[in-house]
Amino acid sequence: MPEMNIIEAIRDALTMEMTRDERVIVLGLDVGRLGGVFRTTDGLQQRFGKDRVVDTPLAEAVIIGSAIGLAISGMVPVAEIQFLGFTHQAFHQMGAQLGRFRYRSRGRYPLPVTVRAPMGGGTKTPEFHPDAIEAQFVQYPALKIVLPSNPYDAKGMLLQAIRDPDPVLFIEPERLYRKGRAEVPAEDYTVPFGKARIVREGKDVTLVAWSAAVEVCERAAEQLSGEGVQATVIDLRTLVPLDEETLVKSVESTGRCVVVHEAPLSAGFGAEIVATLQENAFFSLDAPIARVASYDTPYPPASLESHWLPSPDRVVKRVRKLLSA
Amino acid sequence: MFQLLDPAGRLRNGAKPPLDDEFVLEGLRWMMLSRAIDARATGLQRQGRLGVFSPVLGQEASVVGSAMALDPTRDWLVPQYRELPAMLMHGYPLHKHLLSKDGVVMTYFGEGASSEGDFHEACNLAGVVKAPVVFFLQNNNWAISTPRQLQSSAGSLAERAAGYGMPGVQVDGNDLLAVNQVSREAVARARAGEGPSLIEAITYRMSFHNTTDNPSKYQDPAELEAARARDPIRRVQAYLKGRGMWDEKREQEFEQAISEEIEAAIVKAQKAPLPNRSQIFDNVFAELTPRQAAQRRELLGEG
Repeated sequence: MPEMNIIEAIRDALTMEMTRDERVIVLGLDVGRLGGVFRTTDGLQQRFGKDRVVDTPLAEAVIIGSAIGLAISGMVPVAEIQFLGFTHQAFHQMGAQLGRFRYRSRGRYPLPVTVRAPMGGGTKTPEFHPDAIEAQFVQYPALKIVLPSNPYDAKGMLLQAIRDPDPVLFIEPERLYRKGRAEVPAEDYTVPFGKARIVREGKDVTLVAWSAAVEVCERAAEQLSGEGVQATVIDLRTLVPLDEETLVKSVESTGRCVVVHEAPLSAGFGAEIVATLQENAFFSLDAPIARVASYDTPYPPASLESHWLPSPDRVVKRVRKLLSA
Repeated sequence: MFQLLDPAGRLRNGAKPPLDDEFVLEGLRWMMLSRAIDARATGLQRQGRLGVFSPVLGQEASVVGSAMALDPTRDWLVPQYRELPAMLMHGYPLHKHLLSKDGVVMTYFGEGASSEGDFHEACNLAGVVKAPVVFFLQNNNWAISTPRQLQSSAGSLAERAAGYGMPGVQVDGNDLLAVNQVSREAVARARAGEGPSLIEAITYRMSFHNTTDNPSKYQDPAELEAARARDPIRRVQAYLKGRGMWDEKREQEFEQAISEEIEAAIVKAQKAPLPNRSQIFDNVFAELTPRQAAQRRELLGEG
């Protein structure tokens, strides 16, 4: 089985789907000649031509707007926004337009659009670039929001996203793009949405995360294991749809839970997880559910980001506190 | 500003009639239908029988003249909310064709919307890729209470087209013949693969923004009077009268037929069943998420 990093897995999925389905086109800033600022679309324009890998002007709203128009006319667009933080400039097109056409047209115009964007800090990018604003999109209820954390999921979930009959916001973990290779099947496969991945199982506490925060939880679990504490790590994979069942089941068995995310604490998606578990697993809890998130400040300068982002250390400390409660 | 008919309905500079009379009569019928719907719908709204409504009043030539330039078998109409006769003419949305190779898109917006960033982004991209689009800007002087001069210090909004590498033209939006002619030219240009155009139709909103609005708070009555003197419907009627195609009897026939058409539509609408509450959850996704499905069961008392 070939080994790929996340960049290569995404490129593999795009190549595979563009070959299989000629309605699939890629559009965005710098996606063609340059192959994307992270090279995820490297070589695609040479292979599929300028009509299927389209370099657009620097204008996020019209990148999404064009994808909507292309989908209405029968294409299957994969739009790239260079950083999730830049979707602020396209927010109205994503929620109020992309997420409403099927509903507004009473099913006449479903929009099979995928919007790809990397998210998260830890790479010392300037402000705006790393903003983890995934929860903001959850308030637009007709977008699927999916966040792979590893190469296998990146390929399988991207194939699923492109084939999905509805709009999907596909958020990539920027910090993990080139962090090592893993085995990725060369063949066609999909990872269904709404099924969380249990990364590791332990009896003492459940750590819940998505995107690059999964890797933080894995390191925390490793550290806890050395202290004799066995943690379950759940990679949620998708916020919409949400796999409540896996969450509830795990917390019923461990009785403790810490949710970890890169977005600032207040009104982050962690709050949604806590509320869900409080409603569905309250009587199994041995301790209050905790959250480890970034602080409620603007994104700090690069020199301070490691203090701001959730770290394995902060997760471990919070788990210790829960266990001593 | 391009004009074929003066406000009294006379062809300018001895120009020859650009359209055959039957076509103009058809346009007039749509314009009169639109105005009659405005009156009836406003009445229904005041009785609490209809939701918020935006009349077309004053802009009939602009909407009808442009929409009549489209070919319903292959073109796309992308309206906003003040283009009711265009939607009635072609069906909403115009969608009988997918991936039509020589289809053209006509999209409508006001001078207020042209201050939005998305207008710039869309025109800019359309220029770069030579998209077959007609940007039809209805400048009716008002964005609710905000007048044209507060939207832009540009002397002409059509001039903005130069910045996108496309032609821009200002047309008398209350002149059905002129609007139709510039629209046909823009559609033909788009269809020939020569790219987008911007049309600024100078018209005037002769009524409120919508039924919640109160123009007496911000509009000079003298300005409204001046607009009434430029009424687009009277202009076409005067033109057709001059050609021996219009008289009082014909006007009464038109009005009678339109009134019957509207009443029949109201009866039909009243007979239509109210939507079922379960429809709140229809067409959200191809398949509801488990959470949405649970909420649907709760709404329907099934859970």
